[in-house]
Amino acid sequence: MEITTLHYLVVASALFIIGTIGVLTRRNVIIILMSIELILNAVNLNLVAFSRLYGLQGQVFSIFVITDAAAEAAVGLGILIAFFRNKETINADEIDLLKF
Amino acid sequence: MDPVATPYFFYGLSAVAVLSAVGVIMRRNPVHSAIALIFTLLSLAGLYLMLYAPFVAGVQIILYVGGIVVLFLFVIMLINIERMQREYQFNKQWLVGLLAAAALGALFVAVYVKGQSIFPQHAVRFPEQLNTQQVGKMLYVDYLLPFEIASLLLLVAIVGAVVMAKKRI
Repeated sequence: MEITTLHYLVVASALFIIGTIGVLTRRNVIIILMSIELILNAVNLNLVAFSRLYGLQGQVFSIFVITDAAAEAAVGLGILIAFFRNKETINADEIDLLKF
Repeated sequence: MDPVATPYFFYGLSAVAVLSAVGVIMRRNPVHSAIALIFTLLSLAGLYLMLYAPFVAGVQIILYVGGIVVLFLFVIMLINIERMQREYQFNKQWLVGLLAAAALGALFVAVYVKGQSIFPQHAVRFPEQLNTQQVGKMLYVDYLLPFEIASLLLLVAIVGAVVMAKKRI
């Protein structure tokens, strides 16, 4: 049995959905950032799977996505450290300084 | 060279990827989540190798596993996770979250099943040994402007991270 592109797409959508569940339901901001990484990886798997069919542009774009993920993780974790210094917690539910 | 036992490798790597992704979002200790994330990323690198993308697989291992996950582990070390582990790990919207994820999954399945016929049936065979060369050429010739913009983005991220994490500016 041959492994087709659809198999890879199913794996990528499973990863995407797991990441979505993590973002929507967890309270720990670190786990939320890790779930965002899962989502970006699912997108990367889609891009590379389609680059098998259409050409190398998908691989180039997936490298840009990895760059974005690195920048996002650095800034997000910096914000997290600043928040932890102020409020001694990293629960997403308690980040409500702008809410009244 | 034709690959051998492709289905076994595919199903094994996919199972590791999906199960450790479940581990990432289910574990109570963030360190365990980070370790599970490493397993997901490594098996995804294996899947990239199966898709004839060795350069992306190498970048995945070096940048994600060697860079981003280590950054996560450093931040977990800096903050106090003892108190976090005794609290509730999931918020009150978990039912809504599961429903939204199920709707999204149904949408994906519908799109993939309907759209399968428009894919080209046979994969293009690129010469494997030229992959890195071709990706580099495309990156520096066709996509030079996005490449420079990405470098600017990284500069902004460095400055932003330092400003955020600094005690006083």
